Amino acid sequence: MEEAILTRGLTKKYKDVCAVENLNLSVHRGEIFGFLGPNGAGKTTTIRALTGLTRPSSGSIWVSGFDVEREPDKVKKVIGVVQQHLTFDLDLNLRENMELHARLHHIPLDERRKRISELLEFVGLTKQSEKMVDELSGGMKKAAMIARALLHEPTVLFLDEPTVGLDVQVRRRMWDLIRSLSRSGTTIFLTTHYIEEAEALCQRVGIVHQGHLIALGSPSELRQAVGLVTVEVLVDGAYTRYEHFVDREAAIKYVQGLSSDVKTVIRDSSLEDVFVKLTGKKVGEDDADA
Amino acid sequence: MPMLETMRDIGTVVWVDLRFLRRNLGKTMALTLIAPILYLLAFGYGLGRGTSIDGYSYLDFVIPGIIALTAMTTAFNTSGLKLHVDRLFYKCFDETLMAPVSASSIIIGKALIGVLRGLLSSAALLAVALIFSPLPAMNLLFPVSLVLTCFVFSFLGVTVALLAKTHQDMTLFMSLVILPMSFLSGTFFSLSQVPEALSIALYVSPLTHACLCLRASALGQVFPWFSFLVLAMFGLVFFGLCFVALKKASG
Repeated sequence: MEEAILTRGLTKKYKDVCAVENLNLSVHRGEIFGFLGPNGAGKTTTIRALTGLTRPSSGSIWVSGFDVEREPDKVKKVIGVVQQHLTFDLDLNLRENMELHARLHHIPLDERRKRISELLEFVGLTKQSEKMVDELSGGMKKAAMIARALLHEPTVLFLDEPTVGLDVQVRRRMWDLIRSLSRSGTTIFLTTHYIEEAEALCQRVGIVHQGHLIALGSPSELRQAVGLVTVEVLVDGAYTRYEHFVDREAAIKYVQGLSSDVKTVIRDSSLEDVFVKLTGKKVGEDDADA
Repeated sequence: MPMLETMRDIGTVVWVDLRFLRRNLGKTMALTLIAPILYLLAFGYGLGRGTSIDGYSYLDFVIPGIIALTAMTTAFNTSGLKLHVDRLFYKCFDETLMAPVSASSIIIGKALIGVLRGLLSSAALLAVALIFSPLPAMNLLFPVSLVLTCFVFSFLGVTVALLAKTHQDMTLFMSLVILPMSFLSGTFFSLSQVPEALSIALYVSPLTHACLCLRASALGQVFPWFSFLVLAMFGLVFFGLCFVALKKASG
């Protein structure tokens, strides 16, 4: 069976800046794949290329076995896309926005009505259906974006920062939603700023930095590569240094070798440690040169 | 079958804009009628009272010009500004781009709302104008020319909206192209009144040809088929440019 998403040498240049360079990626059917990277690393550009909104400068992309450049309509039928920013027509109410999407995807009238009601129910927005989109809260808007993207029953769902700016409770509900979609067989490609989100949801993650894919694997595989145990060392009471070790024994040995007045914390490593080590910065810090 | 699908998709694209129009019909009509009625009063009644051009009263002469002007600005603004907002502010145009619909459905659908509103405003203005001056010699080529005019400037609006990267681009085009065109295309004066060199330059403007067609058919003069053809050519070129612009918009 072919991969849900496959890219070969995907490159996108804007004038002299290379947003994505020679990206080779394969996402298996049915998995939740997390695409991580600092701001400006090329995440959104990649999603725009995968969904046909941006033409790559070179390279090829297949989604569900269809060539994105040569068979755009076949690709459009099988993908659902939730962009990072809101993409509602604010002159329409919620139901009309849903209806527009359903019509654009040629869902027949009866089925259209049924699916719109079902999906609004699914994300808990039945009561809001006649409201103008701007009257909804941030979380509701995001949920509505997902509901809309599911109308035509896509087999590959792209979620660009699906939980950014949401309350923690809403974010967790969103995670449940994403998991339940995954269980029903939908492949999910998501980008996120929240490393713990990727750790909680994704079977595999790819880390992209300055347009290059620099790591790929399951969260635990990536942790293993860096070290399963992390030691935080508070240096001069001013900043923290992170050291990674294969196991607790090695970590303890290291700590014992430090002078006794240095403050240390020994803990399991996380995907965030992997990320920081590989990209050389904390997530959320802007990448000034990208 | 592809033909039917295209028709259905055009319907979908224009359905959204019709919803919007229906919600704001009163406001939009008032907005588009204020300027032309002011022109009509100022130029037709004030300035031009008692003067005549090419053997017609100035009022009779200027009404078709103002209708051409209204058709142009309304068609351009409606399809252009709505698409501009969809693309750059609501960002909902991406949703249309990611749907399995053809480029021609999107372009025609987005242009149709401009045509529709251009026709609505022109018809309303004509109704007002007929109170002042009955224009008994008007023939069927008038509505035909009017529809063509609306299509030409609607496609131009779609092209510009697809190419504009910022709101400034949009207003710049309106100030540099649309505004000069509205005053210099024989809307308020006869091209026979201006020096020949200038009048040749004015023939480059599609609105000049729209004016000539509308004026001839409103006043029952010999119909300028050449201008009609030129206007149609402009329409085809702008329609073609829409495709180029749409490709660029998804670069």
